[in-house]
Amino acid sequence: MAHESSYVPGNVVEKWIDDRLPIIRWSKEHLMDYPTPKNLNYWWTFGAILAFMLGVQIVTGVILAMHYTPHVSLAFDSVEHIRRDVNGGRIIQAVHATGASMFFAAVYIHMFRGLYFGSYKAPREILWILGVLLFVLMVTTAFMGYVLPWGQMSFWAATVITNILGAIPVLGTPILELLRGGFAVDNATLNRFFSLHYLLPFIIAAVVALHIWALHVPGNSNPIGVEVKSSRETVPFHPYYTMKDLFAIIVFCIPFAWFVFFAPDILGHPDNYIMANSQVTPAHIVPEWYFLPFYAILRAIDFNILFIDSRLGGVIFFAGAILVLFFVPWLDTSKVRSGTFRPVFKWFYWLFVANFVMLAYLGAAAADGTVLGLPVATFSKLCTAYYFFYFLIVLPLLGRFETPRPLPTSITESVLAKHKAPAAAQPAAASTSH
Amino acid sequence: MATQSNLAHQDAPKPGRRDFLYIAAGAVGAVGVAGVTWPLINQLNPDASVLALASIEFDLSNIQEGESVTIKWRGLPVFVRHRTAAEIAEAKAVPMSELKDPATDEQRTKPGHEQWLIMIANCTHLGCIPVGQSGDYDGWACPCHGSQFDTAGRIRKGPAPTNLVLPPYEFVTDTLVQIG
Amino acid sequence: MIKTKSIIGALLVSILFAAAPAMAQEGHATPEIKKEPWSFAGPFGTYDRNQLQRGFQVFKEVCSSCHSARLMAFRNLSEPGGPEFTEGQVKALAAEYEITDPDAEGGKRPGIAADRWPSPFTNDQEARDANGGALPPDFSVLAKARGTTQPFPWWILNYFTAYSEGGPDYIHALLNGYVDPPPEGAEVPEGKHYNTYFPGHALGMAPPLSDGAITYEEGESGSVPLTVDQYSRDVASFMMWMAEPHLVSRKEAGFQVIAFLVLFAGLMYLVKRKLWSRVEH
Repeated sequence: MAHESSYVPGNVVEKWIDDRLPIIRWSKEHLMDYPTPKNLNYWWTFGAILAFMLGVQIVTGVILAMHYTPHVSLAFDSVEHIRRDVNGGRIIQAVHATGASMFFAAVYIHMFRGLYFGSYKAPREILWILGVLLFVLMVTTAFMGYVLPWGQMSFWAATVITNILGAIPVLGTPILELLRGGFAVDNATLNRFFSLHYLLPFIIAAVVALHIWALHVPGNSNPIGVEVKSSRETVPFHPYYTMKDLFAIIVFCIPFAWFVFFAPDILGHPDNYIMANSQVTPAHIVPEWYFLPFYAILRAIDFNILFIDSRLGGVIFFAGAILVLFFVPWLDTSKVRSGTFRPVFKWFYWLFVANFVMLAYLGAAAADGTVLGLPVATFSKLCTAYYFFYFLIVLPLLGRFETPRPLPTSITESVLAKHKAPAAAQPAAASTSH
Repeated sequence: MATQSNLAHQDAPKPGRRDFLYIAAGAVGAVGVAGVTWPLINQLNPDASVLALASIEFDLSNIQEGESVTIKWRGLPVFVRHRTAAEIAEAKAVPMSELKDPATDEQRTKPGHEQWLIMIANCTHLGCIPVGQSGDYDGWACPCHGSQFDTAGRIRKGPAPTNLVLPPYEFVTDTLVQIG
Repeated sequence: MIKTKSIIGALLVSILFAAAPAMAQEGHATPEIKKEPWSFAGPFGTYDRNQLQRGFQVFKEVCSSCHSARLMAFRNLSEPGGPEFTEGQVKALAAEYEITDPDAEGGKRPGIAADRWPSPFTNDQEARDANGGALPPDFSVLAKARGTTQPFPWWILNYFTAYSEGGPDYIHALLNGYVDPPPEGAEVPEGKHYNTYFPGHALGMAPPLSDGAITYEEGESGSVPLTVDQYSRDVASFMMWMAEPHLVSRKEAGFQVIAFLVLFAGLMYLVKRKLWSRVEH
């Protein structure tokens, strides 16, 4: 949001710096004074939580790299060496491994918040697109990181997922060999994944900077989706949101610490404690939980579509499930931004959330099993269909036919109305009132 | 902090409690930062597998008089020399005034075990490994820059400033020595 | 209000999500494995030193003749939170074993505390040849490389009880799961042994334990029964320690960290409320 800088250099040193590199001015404008809508709820704290998690992963990752050996015959033992011998290594390793799960938990909440409150709508399309790009980078980084411990799940995940590229017509095999540096996943693959796993987080950090830049131009969206009309409707980012976000980060750390200290392996799979063996596939291979919905979509396509075989079809739907997110700002035709004021949208939205969770469930289920009496294969197809139905049919059409509830004219009006109505009934419910 | 004119000030908070709260939160936060920082630094320290080899035991019974072996301790080469009576006598005969870094032969060995000379094998000049039983003093001569050491490993000639360094060690039994 | 609803929704979503990996294993043909009351289970669980010492004896006298444990060092046996043998005991124990060391005269030397547990076979192929073609798995982290499954919805509870004892539960069940002769209709190939809990039921390992086969060392004799059930509990506990030697200190740190976080969160909530009391929002 364009606004005058309130920074006045306090002394000659600050003045000297300000004339040459106005970094203090910049920090004050963007990290402290940045006007933020005053009605953001706790779902809006996940952006800060994600920035925190990126920091945690980079710091612990740099440390792990000091003790890790990216070689097929040493990688597994070097991770165990970290757990057993390095001072505090068991905790640092667990923070990094569970950190990946917590990172994805936060990013899914952040994305679903954006989808509910219409945060992707004009003028924030680029903000959203950068966010989807960040998600793609995170998926790639997490996948490569999962390969590094070189357990059975690492190896077979690397094999299965790189094979996805083998589905590309004509160029598939050359691309596959190029990516793996061999005819199968082996030492060359492990080494390059280690290198890229170290590199990508810094690219993520750079895109995060763009993401925040793209946020600071139009300013935050907010739960009612009505743009800020006056400076009375905003508060400076510091201390109001720095302290609120810090509170949220600490609360977020409690379940995080629970997993790290009391169940560091519960989010993983026992098979990854068996060293990689290219001759034996584990009985059930399952990706980490955060990939399950997309894995279920990949697996759901078990039939040929015209000239497209089932493998390529699966890959197309898998890629499409992520690519479609890039187009959401144009797929959603509703003029109303926030889902709060869209009575019909809400039903489709919550069904979409349930559907996404169901896809995760199905992604973990044995391919030949049944869930709720339906064969997994059939159920997966239904859920995949709804996933695309939501983006390609519901969002474009609903905006034309739905009658939204009346919108408040401003943030101020909405805040005043909220304080009049429920405040008398439950004055102590501070935690749910912003 | 927050004195922006665009805020709806309802009532001025009591300074006492407000300050206490902020100071308490800040202090707890500082404890947290320190608590997180220490393990991140401590992981750089030698790990358990390295520390386990910080102290080693070495059996001397297989080294005949006049023989030396070089063993590895904390990643460094260590000379273990079973000196002959002639070497001991030669070392004891040197007057202190001739030494650049004066030390008696008794100071260079353990009482009752004078035949054993145990020293870190890196020249005190720039770290090369001297060659045994050579040079003008029947001790060690460094091939890199010409330092020469006598039969007690004391510097006698050349650029090295001090005698060859003795590792901390003690005799567990007459034939078993614990280094480190 | 939408908030309460959506918070409940988000909680349910995260529970289901977090729980998804466990669901993968549904539909296994092997019968359900019971959760045993391990001393090291749950947030407050710690290892029972005497049990680890007994388990070590079972491992040393029985298992280690075929199974390696290449990541366990002798020195670990005297570390706090483990079997806690004295350093003297560990030194004497290590000296009983010959360690392959290319720097030593003749390529072998007696072990020292810093050495890792020597493997019974020089390579995998030799191990296979000596065991009818089946490779005895390394024990180092085996207790974490095995797991059990619970039917829906019980596995959801695992995330709240921090259930991490699937490995010991499986090992205990397996050691007590031999059926001889095999049940009717079960085909067991020559050289294999029917085991209720082994996937596919045809296990290469013959029943390794029998009642009274090991006499526990002084101090332990008489305190526990000398049965397969007891042996298997002890060795499973020992294997869990071998796989997770810092479990006790990790949990201790966990209590400090979580207590700190709760305190800090409380303070930050007050700070935040204080700040925001000046703003209508």
